[in-house]
Amino acid sequence: MAFISRGFHGRRPSAGTKLPPGQYETTGFPVLSAGPTPRIRKDDWQLSVTTETGKRHVWDWAGLMALPADSPTVDLHCVTKWSKFGTQWQGVSLDVLLADVETSAEHVLVTSYGGYTTNVPLADLVDGKAWIAYGYEGGDLAPEHGGPARLLVPHLYLWKSAKWVSGIELRQSDVPGFWETAGYHNYGDPWREQRYQGD
Amino acid sequence: MARAAVPGRLGDRLRWRIAEVAGRRVESATAVTLTLEIPDWPGHLAGQHVDVRLTAEDGYSTQRSYSIASASNGRSLDLTVQRTSGGEVSPYLVDELVPGDQLELRGPVGGWFVWRQQQTEPVLLVAGGSGLVPLMCMIRTREAAGSRTPFRLLYAVRSPSDLLYGSELRQGAPGLDTTYLYSREALKDSARPPGRITPEDLARGGWPPDFEPTCYVCGPTAFVEKTAAYLVLLGHAPERVRTERFG
Ligand SMILES: Cc1cc2nc3c(=O)[nH]c(=O)nc-3n(C[C@H](O)[C@H](O)[C@H](O)COP(=O)(O)OP(=O)(O)OC[C@H]3O[C@@H](n4cnc5c(N)ncnc54)[C@H](O)[C@@H]3O)c2cc1C
Repeated sequence: MAFISRGFHGRRPSAGTKLPPGQYETTGFPVLSAGPTPRIRKDDWQLSVTTETGKRHVWDWAGLMALPADSPTVDLHCVTKWSKFGTQWQGVSLDVLLADVETSAEHVLVTSYGGYTTNVPLADLVDGKAWIAYGYEGGDLAPEHGGPARLLVPHLYLWKSAKWVSGIELRQSDVPGFWETAGYHNYGDPWREQRYQGD
Repeated sequence: MARAAVPGRLGDRLRWRIAEVAGRRVESATAVTLTLEIPDWPGHLAGQHVDVRLTAEDGYSTQRSYSIASASNGRSLDLTVQRTSGGEVSPYLVDELVPGDQLELRGPVGGWFVWRQQQTEPVLLVAGGSGLVPLMCMIRTREAAGSRTPFRLLYAVRSPSDLLYGSELRQGAPGLDTTYLYSREALKDSARPPGRITPEDLARGGWPPDFEPTCYVCGPTAFVEKTAAYLVLLGHAPERVRTERFG
């Protein structure tokens, strides 16, 4: 028999929104990270895409700004249980960054300033599903939320959307990143509630 | 940033378990400690948390994370929950649950914000409000293991009446130094005026960076952001500063 919590009624999500299992809606913007927030000046910022053969493509801040930008409105789902609906971002689609990159890799290890890493299948970063985001709700992206620029992959739990992104490594084989090594799910689909390894 | 190690028993850890509330202790006007009995609890590391799942009669359910307060003893664990007014889950846990009730949970979860007794470097714990809970687990685990690793605790809290584990902390333990940082209302004879945590507080009550302590910072997001940034400014290596945010 399913377990019922005696005397618990709960709050339902607001009309018209749909929460993944186990999540609750917040209107704030909580923060998840494992250590201090790195401070990176735009002047010092670089993003590289490295292929499995070692070929490197590099953008500096001006180079990123020169690329065509999107303004996606997306829902966010954090593994710490909060979801936030209808957030507005500005950024460059990974399709743009990867357009001239020759690769047969299927896996990506995303690296960040500060040493954070996370792994994502390449298929989840293309076809309009992921961005390098630098604007949030009409302003610059704040450092605690990953500024100057973070990866945004909203269809996966938010730890996959690496803050302070510095590199996209295309790889033949999959390697777990920081939280994945610590027992979190390798893929992280909120709708299938893939929080931890084995979920 | 180092790789975090995973404790084993994965399948076992992930199973939803039914715990029984065996005890309820009032910690302050807004917080209680629940002692939960879990016959087949696999044990936990200091700093880990559990996921609690509440389910209503119509099947609606929601989850929250709560840190484990007690040292691992194989049978039961303590959670200390602070009531967030208007919250969906914490008022239920604080005000509704009584001994004999059941609660669904799984875990332990978390492999990074943990202290292991094999660690020998000095430890700095910085707590903001209920962020003390996982740090108290580290203090209790150190004590239970008879460890001599030097610990310093900086505990930022609104006022003396908001203190969690007040008498246990007052009693202290050899090799544990505790400093209270009251933000709104201090004790009458206290030299430090009430106020938010400052770099001076961390320099005075913490360790010099060249002792290479591991620093654990836990509390509301704004507190953790600020404290972690101050620690880095004071010269602590970012990879020695581990954070957990409740907000
Ligand atoms: C890893 C982890 C460990 C945690 N350990 C503990 C613990 O040991 N003890 C404990 O009491 N809590 C702990 N928390 C926080 C806990 O999970 C809940 O977020 C908290 O109890 C509030 O839940 P709620 O359902 O009552 O409020 P909600 O219904 O989720 O929130 C109500 C309102 O309060 C705001 N809010 C949510 N959380 C907080 C907060 N912490 N402070 C101020 N405002 C808030 C929300 O933005 C919202 O507007 C932990 C969180 C994490 C991620």
